[in-house]
This record gives sequence, structure tokens and C-alpha cells, in this order.
Amino acid sequence: MRYRATLHGQAFTFGSVREVLAKASEAKSGDAMLGIAADSALERIAARYVLSELPLRELRANPVIAYEDDEVTRVIEDSLNEAIFAEIASWTVGELREHILSHDSTGEEVLRLSRGLTSEMIAGVAKLMSNMDLVYGAQQLRVTATAQTTLGRPGTMSFRLQPNHPTDNVEGILATVMEGLSYGSGDAIIGINPAEDSVARTAELMERTDAFMRHWRIPTQSCVLSHIGTQMEAVERGAPVGVLFQSIAGTEETNTSFGVDAALLREAADLIARKGVAPGPNLLYFETGQGSEMASDSDHGVDEMTLEARTYGFARPFAPFMVNNVSGFIGPETLYDGKQIIRACLEDHFMGKLHGLPMGMAPCYTNHTNADQNDQETATMLLAMAGACYYMGIPMGDDVMLSYQDTGLHDDATLRELLGLRPTPEFEAWLEQLGVLRDGRLGPNAGDPTIFLRYEPEELLDLSRPRAQATVEARR
Amino acid sequence: MSDVEAIVRAVLAELGRQGQEPDPAGRPSASDGGPEAGGEGLRLDLPDLATPEARRVSGLPDPADPEALAGLLETTTARLGVGRAGPRPRTRSLLLFQADHGVTQDAIHGEVDEAVKEGLGLFTVDTEVADGEEYLLRPDLGRRLSAEAKATIAERCVARPQVQIVAAAGLSAAAINHNLPQLYPVLEQGLRDRGLRLGTPFFIERARVGVINDVGEALDADVVVILIGERPGLGIPDAMSAYLGWRPRGGKTDAHRDLLCMITDRGGVNPLEAGAYVAEVVATTLAHEASGVELRRLLGGD
Repeated sequence: MRYRATLHGQAFTFGSVREVLAKASEAKSGDAMLGIAADSALERIAARYVLSELPLRELRANPVIAYEDDEVTRVIEDSLNEAIFAEIASWTVGELREHILSHDSTGEEVLRLSRGLTSEMIAGVAKLMSNMDLVYGAQQLRVTATAQTTLGRPGTMSFRLQPNHPTDNVEGILATVMEGLSYGSGDAIIGINPAEDSVARTAELMERTDAFMRHWRIPTQSCVLSHIGTQMEAVERGAPVGVLFQSIAGTEETNTSFGVDAALLREAADLIARKGVAPGPNLLYFETGQGSEMASDSDHGVDEMTLEARTYGFARPFAPFMVNNVSGFIGPETLYDGKQIIRACLEDHFMGKLHGLPMGMAPCYTNHTNADQNDQETATMLLAMAGACYYMGIPMGDDVMLSYQDTGLHDDATLRELLGLRPTPEFEAWLEQLGVLRDGRLGPNAGDPTIFLRYEPEELLDLSRPRAQATVEARR
Repeated sequence: MSDVEAIVRAVLAELGRQGQEPDPAGRPSASDGGPEAGGEGLRLDLPDLATPEARRVSGLPDPADPEALAGLLETTTARLGVGRAGPRPRTRSLLLFQADHGVTQDAIHGEVDEAVKEGLGLFTVDTEVADGEEYLLRPDLGRRLSAEAKATIAERCVARPQVQIVAAAGLSAAAINHNLPQLYPVLEQGLRDRGLRLGTPFFIERARVGVINDVGEALDADVVVILIGERPGLGIPDAMSAYLGWRPRGGKTDAHRDLLCMITDRGGVNPLEAGAYVAEVVATTLAHEASGVELRRLLGGD
């Protein structure tokens, strides 16, 4: 017995920080599958009670996977700010929760402290938060990042246009790009998941997307989401792209199963800074999600929420342009239903922001999960209130290549209207010229992809303005 | 489920008593499915929203280029040109989306036709999964062949094949029913034409992709191909994937595998073409004695 707490006359004991963290989580099917979840509702609260009284130094001294055993632990530990950690080492997790929620601390101050927080501490404090705590706590945390344009500015809400096609038909992908742009989506990035992971396909998609963006002077960035090694080879051969993508996870073993490690990411960051078409400094895009570790049998008996936090800790030193999570993507074995998916989304957004990351969200579900589009829309509205930097934009939310549902193009426009938020400024100016947006609401040409075929750019755009990508073109 | 069926039967019986059951001949109404005022009050006979033709009806009242719009809709199965009500979807697109989700929900617990398995000479073994609910919640058990399955395989299969093919319903029995009879003969012929030594194919009940490690170990196979139903996409309940790996053994992961997904006639990779393509990838895998990330590295990224 290491930690003990009594509630309603019942005593509960816990043997390790790892056990406390796992049992303090809201119910998740993934943790139950691993046999690490709380055995009863009261045990779950007892674990939270213990967690609330643990000093931060106790969590730092007990990472859920040992330093010498795991690269993710080493990246988190080695990138911590020691001076800031020293200021708060004696705080308990419960005190940290109250500090984050307090009117006495600003978002900037919380983000400064976060440089002294390990991912286990961030997971721990999120476990002590209710859903509204997670929304309130995250809303003050404003993180911006710049590739070609800048995401996350106050008053903005951006979208990744995701124009996937089941067989990578380029005309079909561009048709979807046109549809998405006509709803004001795509200011975060135009990001295509190819069905075929090859250098030739990746390079072709990079070239055609870049050509379309140049022709229409679209002030945004693009990305093709094949394996990062495939993208790097395409860029080495001269394919034009601004941002490189990779899925990452919270254990070294899972990252190995994805074919990635810190050295490869450093190599990628270096390559895209030298050969990419966007100036940066933030040029990597990471995707994450609760449950990916257990899906590849490499979870080390750690709960899925703590592993997700560690994924953000692994991402942090790479100063990415975008991070988003797709926690509903795997299925009912990790998050059983809409309630668990919504909870996980709020946790992930908060934990990502508290790591100082430009966090976007892909609240999503698959058709073998007990969830539907109403759950998806509910999650999206809550996350919009929490201040997520960006969401996906998919025609009617239906990804015809990846076979799951996510945020739809109509939802993108609706969220902006509901909350009075705008695209990135340069993208908004571009949309206004196209007649897609009028004073922040959808305009006369909204929803009509054929404007890109009926007109030439000079008929709609004011080309006397400086071209958004002039500097990049000069460099090339 | 049986409760729902009982309710549906009761409702249909009640409708029958009131003389309101659907016309068994499926005769369309005079006004092309629109409302029809008659002596007995309003009657409706609405046409299917989910046919390929109905899906291609644009919801845009006044596109800048109507001809170009038709062209765009031909290029993809994505839901383009749907129009809007304010910033929200139009009623028709919303209902089509919900219908597509509904059909998927109804189909997800389907069964593979015995005739399909028999037609291809596949016998059936199982994993450690006990039932459908456990299949969804415990993928780890779906990656393990049962002890009985291992014994059956040892008895009935050719040992140490160059290529072992297995099939599994995964999350869509319809994927196997619709695609396997087309894909399998092309794949088999493609492998035989290359002079490869094939194993004895079989079907695995309630399996996950990772079960190929157990198959590879049990038979000491060089390459294992699994043809498996994907989790259903909206309105596409029948897409199949082919995963394959070089010497799959305990501990191998997706990083060691190659994948062709979205094999379906409904806007994906045609199953006949898929069969030929998979045969080619198998040959490449055998030639380089590698798959997945390792194979991509050997091929210089291609």
C-alpha cells in the first residue's frame, strides 16, 4: 500500500501513481479492456481524492513509463523548464486545478507554468475537472502558430479542408476542395489523406493542390497525409508543400509501430524548413487520439487519457503548426459511445492547450460505435466554446475515403456564425472577394463550387493587391 | 431486436386493417411521388432518396455553371453540390445522410453467406472471441486464433506456403459477400501465374487484422494476405480491405504490413483490379523479403 483514502467509511488503497491516474479517469471502454479502470464508482472518486493531494514533484518522480525504457518519457522530461517546475513542485494537483480556474491567473500565466508541467501532471489535473471545468479552463489558453498564415488568433476559428477521395482521383479531390472553399473552409490547411501511400501519388497531390492554390491565390497552406517518410521523399524530389504530417502516440513502442521516432521528426522539421513552400516557423502537423496505443498492444498498462497527454508532451518540443486529435476514430473498444467520445474530446482539447499546443479537434465516430451525428455536433459546439483552433471540414461530415464521420462544411459556417468568429484575416478577405462570405456570414456564392470553373481568378479577385504568396514565389 | 420486429409487425398489421399498407406492386403515384389529395385525405408514395441517380440531384438552386456542377458530381462520391438553408444542410441532404447512417446500423451485424465460403472452398475457424459484443469491445481476442482453430489448420492446411490467403468478415459481412467472389479468383490466378506456392485458404470468424501473426506462425508462411470487411462507411456497408505482411509472427504490427483499402464497386477500388494489384504486391514482398515500412525503405520510398 502506498496511497490510501477513505470515503463513506470505505478505505481504498493504490500502489502507484500509474494506478491512481488510471482509476481516476472517467469510465472508458479501453481502460476497462486493459483491466486498469476503477472497479467501482466510489473507487474512481477515491483515486481522484488521492490524486488531488499528490504534490507535482511526486508525479514527476513517477512517470508512468520509466525514463530509461521509453523515448516519449525522455522527450517530456528533457524538455521541461526546471526553473518553472521548481516554483510549483510542492503544489498538489488539486491546487493546480484551482489555480488554472482562478480569476487570479491569466491564460498567459497558465501557459508559462505549463512549461514546468509534465504530461502526467497535465493528465492528472484534467482528471479532476468536470466537463464545464475543461471548457472554462481551456478557453483562456490562446495558442497561435504560423506556417504560411497564422492559426489561433483571438476572434478566429479555422478549418482544415479534408477533400479525401476513395481512389485519390485528383479531379474528385479538387472538386471537393472547391466545394469546401465555397463554404469558407480551408484556412487552417488543405490536407488530403491519400488512399495509396506512395511517393508518386503523394507528389502528384502536392503538385496539383499547390497549382490550384497558386492559380486562385488562396492564402493558406497544404499538406498530404501519407507516412512522413513518403512525404519527405516527395519533398526531396521537389514536390511543393508547406507542412509535413505524422500520426504520433504516447509510447515509444506505438511510435515504432507508426514507423516514427524523435530523430525522424527532427529530420522532417529540418527538411521542410529548408525545402517547404511555407516560411514557418511552425511546419509540422501531428494527429493523435486516445486508444491508439492499446490498438497496437503497446500501452504498457497505462490509461488512454494519460497516454494521450504524453503524446502532446512528445509533440511539444517540435513546435508544430497543428495538432488535432481523432479520439472517436478507432471505435467502441476505446470509447464506447457518444458520452465517452464527447468527454474524451473535451479532455484532449484541454490537455493539448495546456501543453501550449495549437490544438484543433476532430470530434468523430465510426459506424460500429454507439454514437451518431447528433453526438458529433454536440461535441463540436462544446469544443467551439472551449476555443479549439480549428476543426475538419468535410462535405456533410462524411469522409468517403476514411469511412468515418467528422465535422461538416455546413457546421464550419454555422459555428462561426453562432459564435461571431471569423476565418484568418487574409482568408476572410479572399472569401469576401469571391462572394462566399459577407460580413462573417455565408454570402451569395456560398455553397457553389462552380464559381471556380465559371470564372477566372481575375474576374473575382482584386489582383492589384499584393499576392499572398509573392514572397514564397520569389524564393522559388 | 426481436422486440422491434414484433412492433413493426404489429404496426403493419394495424395499417393493413386500416387499408393503408404500401401498394405491394410498388406502383408510383400519379404526381411522381409528390403529395396527392384524394377523397380519403393525403397519401404519400415517396421515391428512394438513396439511388445513385437521386444522390446526383443537386441541391443548388442557381449554380454559376450548371453543366460544370454535373461534371463535378461525377468525379467523387463525396456529398457535393448539396446547397444550404442558411448555413445548415437542406432537408433532403440531411435525411439522405441519416438514411445512410441508418442502413449501416442495420447492416453491421450481418452474416457471411455460407454459399460464398463454399463457392471458394473455404472452411471456417474461429478466434478467442465469444460473441458480437465481445468482438467490438475486445479486439485483442480477435487477433488470436482459438486452440481449436490452430489444431484444425494444422490438420487441413498445406504447411510452409509462400502465400497464405485468409478471409474474415471483420466489421462487414456484406464486404465479403459482395467482393470476395470477384476478387479471390483474380488474386489466386495472379499468384499461380507467377509460379508461387499457395497455402490452403480458409475463413476466420470474428477476426481482426492482427490474426495474421497467428496464421503466419501456425503455418510458417512467407506471406499472409487477409481479405477483411472494413468498418462500414456511410451508405457503403460493403468495403473490403486487403492487408498483407512478410512472415507475420508474434509482435509484428501495422508498420510491417501493406494495405489496400476501400475495395468495393460503390465508388472504391474495383474488386477485380484489387485482386490483380494484391498479387503484384505479394510478388514484390516476396522479391524483397520485406513489407510495410521496411519495404518502402528498400524501394526508396516508392
